[in-house]
Amino acid sequence: MNQRLILSIARSLLLARWRQTLVAAIGVTFSIAMFITLLGFMNGLNDMLDNLVLNRTPHIRLFKEIKPNPEQPVNLSGAFSNGYNFIQSVKSSGGRLDIYNSGAVMQAIRADERVLGLAPRVVAPVLYNAGVVDINGIVNGIDVVVETTLFSFNDYIVAGKAIDLKNVPNSILLGKGVADKLQAEIGETVFVTTSRGEQVPLKVVGYFQTGFMDFDKIQSYTSVETAQKLMGKSANYITDIQIKLKDLNQAPAVAKEYAHIFQTDAEDIKAVNAQFETGSFIRSLLSYVVGITLLIVAGFGIYNILNMMIYEKMDSIAILKATGFSGADVRRIFLSIAVSIGFFGGIVGLAIGLVLSLLIDQIPFNTSALPTITTYPVNYDLVYYIIGITFSIITTFFAGYFPARKASKIDPVVIIRGK
Amino acid sequence: MSRTVLEAKDINKSFHDPVTIQVLNGINFSVDSGEFISVIGKSGCGKSTLLYILSTMDTDYSGELIIDGQTMRGKKEAELARVRNEKIGFVFQFHYLLNEFSVLHNVMLPGLKLGKHPQQEVEHRAMERLKILGIDDQALKSANQLSGGQKQRVAIARALINDPLIIMGDEPTGNLDKKNSEIVFDIFKELAEVYHQTLLIVTHDQGFAENTHRIIEMEDGRIVS
Repeated sequence: MNQRLILSIARSLLLARWRQTLVAAIGVTFSIAMFITLLGFMNGLNDMLDNLVLNRTPHIRLFKEIKPNPEQPVNLSGAFSNGYNFIQSVKSSGGRLDIYNSGAVMQAIRADERVLGLAPRVVAPVLYNAGVVDINGIVNGIDVVVETTLFSFNDYIVAGKAIDLKNVPNSILLGKGVADKLQAEIGETVFVTTSRGEQVPLKVVGYFQTGFMDFDKIQSYTSVETAQKLMGKSANYITDIQIKLKDLNQAPAVAKEYAHIFQTDAEDIKAVNAQFETGSFIRSLLSYVVGITLLIVAGFGIYNILNMMIYEKMDSIAILKATGFSGADVRRIFLSIAVSIGFFGGIVGLAIGLVLSLLIDQIPFNTSALPTITTYPVNYDLVYYIIGITFSIITTFFAGYFPARKASKIDPVVIIRGK
Repeated sequence: MSRTVLEAKDINKSFHDPVTIQVLNGINFSVDSGEFISVIGKSGCGKSTLLYILSTMDTDYSGELIIDGQTMRGKKEAELARVRNEKIGFVFQFHYLLNEFSVLHNVMLPGLKLGKHPQQEVEHRAMERLKILGIDDQALKSANQLSGGQKQRVAIARALINDPLIIMGDEPTGNLDKKNSEIVFDIFKELAEVYHQTLLIVTHDQGFAENTHRIIEMEDGRIVS
């Protein structure tokens, strides 16, 4: 009963000064709308940039690195085990680049229930032959079907079809940069020189573009079998195993474990792409800071308007107190005013923010880096809307708190006797 | 059969700004139910100050104030607000109506705050009181559309809504012309005689005071008669 009465008084005071109320509410509406739009847009871009990297990057990559053997013969010999052996000019041993016993390793990884899937790769360094000039390059032998499901390979194909790598024998999918240099059309044949010196003709089935110029200028894709042929190796020659886990956050631990079990080198996504997480974090932080700054400014507006209202309503406050409303009741009336401005302003702000987001979503956005994206990306995550309305209520609550406290402390005797 | 509704025991009050001045000096008196009392005295004799202490709004005094058998000493602000709401009705020199509300709603507010009756009942009671005061036809108008005399009558209706033990008035006719003053006085008189309402009215209108049942005259912070 009391609460309803207080709300009805708050409502009457609000509506009696509807112009002021509107100005205060517009402040909140504007800042919430900007907050939502900004966060949606920023995070849309963030997600896009993250996906650019995260989708394509395996959570764990197993490979063999050429490096000096950590176990040098002198350390293994019992005769020298008493002291510390300083060895200078240690050279890398002529190790193999492929993963030892790759078939069994892949089988073991597939059986691991933490793993979503894996994609084998054969990396073959080649020279692309463009007339008299040779261009350095790398041909990756991949399993197209697995790459498409695990790493959204199709997103980067700008011409031709990825599946043709599997269907057409001795085919190649060129990076856009490579294709431009070679002037190779789809359906034509390009020649590559393998590291063993052989020239091999490969049929172009399409182009891909990742957005990383350096990558597109060097890399090409072919099937695992073709790559093995280029290297002159057998069917169990696999240089990389790319693993996607069910939970990305397990990557560092699992990578360490696999490196130990399979005696390979292992990289996890967190170590490789630490800077991306930092970038996303900073961008989110910036948009929150801007949004909250806007809200605080709106909060000061509400503070001012409530203060003014209290000076205008001194008499009303005094008589309310004289007729039996306590200080707490008066405080609640003014807090209700502030919070309802925050609430309704916030709700309208959310709606306007959504509309602005939808508009941004329609703006064409063509970039060579992202062939599959045609409009600006926007994130419509409900969380931002919840944060928006929560913040608008909290800010207006605090903006209203001090004026309301002041109102609650008004001494009716001073007002009434002052007349 | 009358009983004491309000009792003041040795009430003292001083203002300390800028120098200490004793405004009330050992005030002792009591009000019985059904009495129509006027408090008179010269400007600055402390009669309004006394009224605000008796109304519980001013708590900065020494001595004891007993309303309806309960001492007001040591009560919290919210409890005092409750006492004012339930037991005291106010009429000030200025009407203090809320312009945001209709006349009817202004009268209803203290009743709604008390919460003893449901809203319809409070509305009905408010209409009854407006009718007694002859302004029920103005009930749905906004408060600022009324004339000064009408406003003061609305303020009296508001004071009556919770059937208070006592109605306190601080120069209720001070802002009114002679005709309206008479109307307001007649209302008070009727309340006292027909409805046995206890009234304690501060005034400096000698004519007004002479027609009340009992006159308390103050001078320099003391009751002289």
